[in-house]
Amino acid sequence: MGSTGKIIRKKDLNIWQKSYIPEIVKGLRQTITEMFKPKFTIQYPEERFKPQPSFRGRPVLVQENEVERCVACGLCSRVCPALAIEVQASETELEKERYPIKFEINMVRCIFCGFCEEVCPEEAIVMSNEYELVFSSQEEAVFGKDKLLMTTEHLKDRLEFLRQNR
Amino acid sequence: MIERTMAKITINDKMFDVDPELTVIQAAAQNGIEIPHFCWHPKLTVSGNCRMCLVEIEKTPKLAIACSTRVADGMVVKTESERVIKARQAVMEFLLINHPLDCPICDEAGECKLQDYSYKYSIGYSRFDENKVHKPKRVRLGPNVMLDVERCIMCSRCIRFSDEIAKQPVLTFTQRGTHVVLTTFPGTHLDNDYSMNVIELCPVGALTSTDFRFASRVWEMSSTDSICVGCSRGCNTHVWVRKNEILRLTPRFNEEVNSYWMCDSGRLNTFKFVNSQERLHRPMIRKDSALVEVGWDEAIARTVSDLRSFKKSEIAGIGSAYATNEDNYVFQKVMKEIIGTKNVDFVQHIEENSDDELLIRADKTPNSLGARQVGVRPVEGGSDIARILKGIEEGSIKALYVLEDDIARDPRIAAALPNLQLLIVHASVHNKTTQFADIVISCSTYAEKNGTMANFAGRVQRLRPAVATLDQDRAKDGFAMSRWDKFASQNDRWGRSVKKDARSSWRVLTAIANALGAKLKYSTSEEVFKEITDKVPSFKGMTYVRLGAQGLNMSVSESVSKPRVTA
Repeated sequence: MGSTGKIIRKKDLNIWQKSYIPEIVKGLRQTITEMFKPKFTIQYPEERFKPQPSFRGRPVLVQENEVERCVACGLCSRVCPALAIEVQASETELEKERYPIKFEINMVRCIFCGFCEEVCPEEAIVMSNEYELVFSSQEEAVFGKDKLLMTTEHLKDRLEFLRQNR
Repeated sequence: MIERTMAKITINDKMFDVDPELTVIQAAAQNGIEIPHFCWHPKLTVSGNCRMCLVEIEKTPKLAIACSTRVADGMVVKTESERVIKARQAVMEFLLINHPLDCPICDEAGECKLQDYSYKYSIGYSRFDENKVHKPKRVRLGPNVMLDVERCIMCSRCIRFSDEIAKQPVLTFTQRGTHVVLTTFPGTHLDNDYSMNVIELCPVGALTSTDFRFASRVWEMSSTDSICVGCSRGCNTHVWVRKNEILRLTPRFNEEVNSYWMCDSGRLNTFKFVNSQERLHRPMIRKDSALVEVGWDEAIARTVSDLRSFKKSEIAGIGSAYATNEDNYVFQKVMKEIIGTKNVDFVQHIEENSDDELLIRADKTPNSLGARQVGVRPVEGGSDIARILKGIEEGSIKALYVLEDDIARDPRIAAALPNLQLLIVHASVHNKTTQFADIVISCSTYAEKNGTMANFAGRVQRLRPAVATLDQDRAKDGFAMSRWDKFASQNDRWGRSVKKDARSSWRVLTAIANALGAKLKYSTSEEVFKEITDKVPSFKGMTYVRLGAQGLNMSVSESVSKPRVTA
């Protein structure tokens, strides 16, 4: 153990290696082969990336039969490591007794960890496949229920994925 | 002192000398050993039906319930043996068979005994595959209490409370076995003055408050130790605050004052005005017959110049039984020593025959005794409240300074107030008196300042700021802070709150006195209190630290504490 601090080189480069020609040829060969392989880049924004169901895009509220599944229990808000979620509960005549009169996610704070989805007892908040988020002010980045609600049809893939991987 | 034979008992291999009158659970609690229990409560009779407090007692064949077993000399108790742990797990399993798994939507979650014990004493999973029994939900037991029978674990605490403490025996169980249902007798409602205490008594979320229902999760609120200002009892409370708004009050144990209880009126009617939209946001001055918001400097300068234009004998000061001792002390000092008037008194608000045997007092102000003690009473030769009123009516008193009291609720005073040439009022919300006022000082409420109040029996207790104002941040002592309050930043809507531009009355009065030429040097309410303890004998030896969470009794001299007639 312990190093002497001295760099030991097996042998010096010979004159052929010192010319760098073999390395240049090796590099060029790599470049030329890649040139004829099929491309995997896409021309955004003309072409859009279609994520897999396992993708964690922006969190949304699941809307089923015209109402949100959410019962405003606040567990997502509690588990959120970035404190992005604010929920205010209120009473409803429906069997679920409570619903969120206010549900806000601050998308500047959100880190897309998916803990909210994992903790939700109602599968009411899920990670969608939407990744395009543009806002021009802090205020605009706070998404209320109007932007968060998404119907079950839109979220079919993700809900199916969650069912399989529960 | 009479020598009592103490019983020597052993709990978990430790020897204790205890009073032989006690039960095992009481003896254990006295010595810092917690035996889990649902149905037992120190202030209620023993019913022994939850079976959670089973302990092993040597030389008895079966496990015994600690709540109804009297200690005996030489008794050896084990609370953590394998048999006990097994038995507890079995009890928990039975309790959880029909208890719905709806903690996420239950208001009790976070302060639920069943939830806590599930973590501590349960096996952690359910073996029960069958369907749970369904029972009525959303049953309104009374105006302030909501019942969810499915969550009930049949401990009967609420039944015993209504029966024994509130003296309104309207609750009972019907049916048998797993079908037991808590209900009121036909034609009755749980509507006594203390009905909401069953909400804290309930170890689960079966009984919840209609007022607080779904308002917030328990862990989202910060709690500050305070006292109730609904009457002169001064019940100890927790003030629960989220986003700088009070959401509920709950009683805090103090055997000397309110034990575990609190009345519904105090719980519901003493905090809403703090959050109210009617709050004064800044000081106000009457300009062209309308009150206009102004800055503090302008308000103080106007007060000083207006007061200077009257003779000493034309000015009177009315202190307040709603204000703290500190506010009242500085008030009477400024009135008597700096302005120089002899006419200082305060109005009592007594609702005759509204008191009861448990907590509620006829005196509806929290600090009438304290106000009198610190010197809000006329100087020799000065006018008391009746003569001040007469003076206003006759025109000999032309300027009136009113501290934190809506005196115009009394029709006779309201009729007299227009005679005044100058009315200065300290108030936190717009009220009848501010309608007549020329200058209104926006002052902090009881929940926004440091201070002390003395209840009817002379118990001096602390107030702590639970809600922040621009002037005063929240108390960090006796304060359980929520995650929101810890981490909120400027940009977070959930952390943003409106802070009122209100100041403690003693601070405003100090500024006014100094503008009048005095040299008062108070910078905290604690300094004012220090001066009170030096000057007023009944407060002698007290400090904020010594008052602590439970307060201290003052030594009341007979001459000043004798009851008076209401104005």
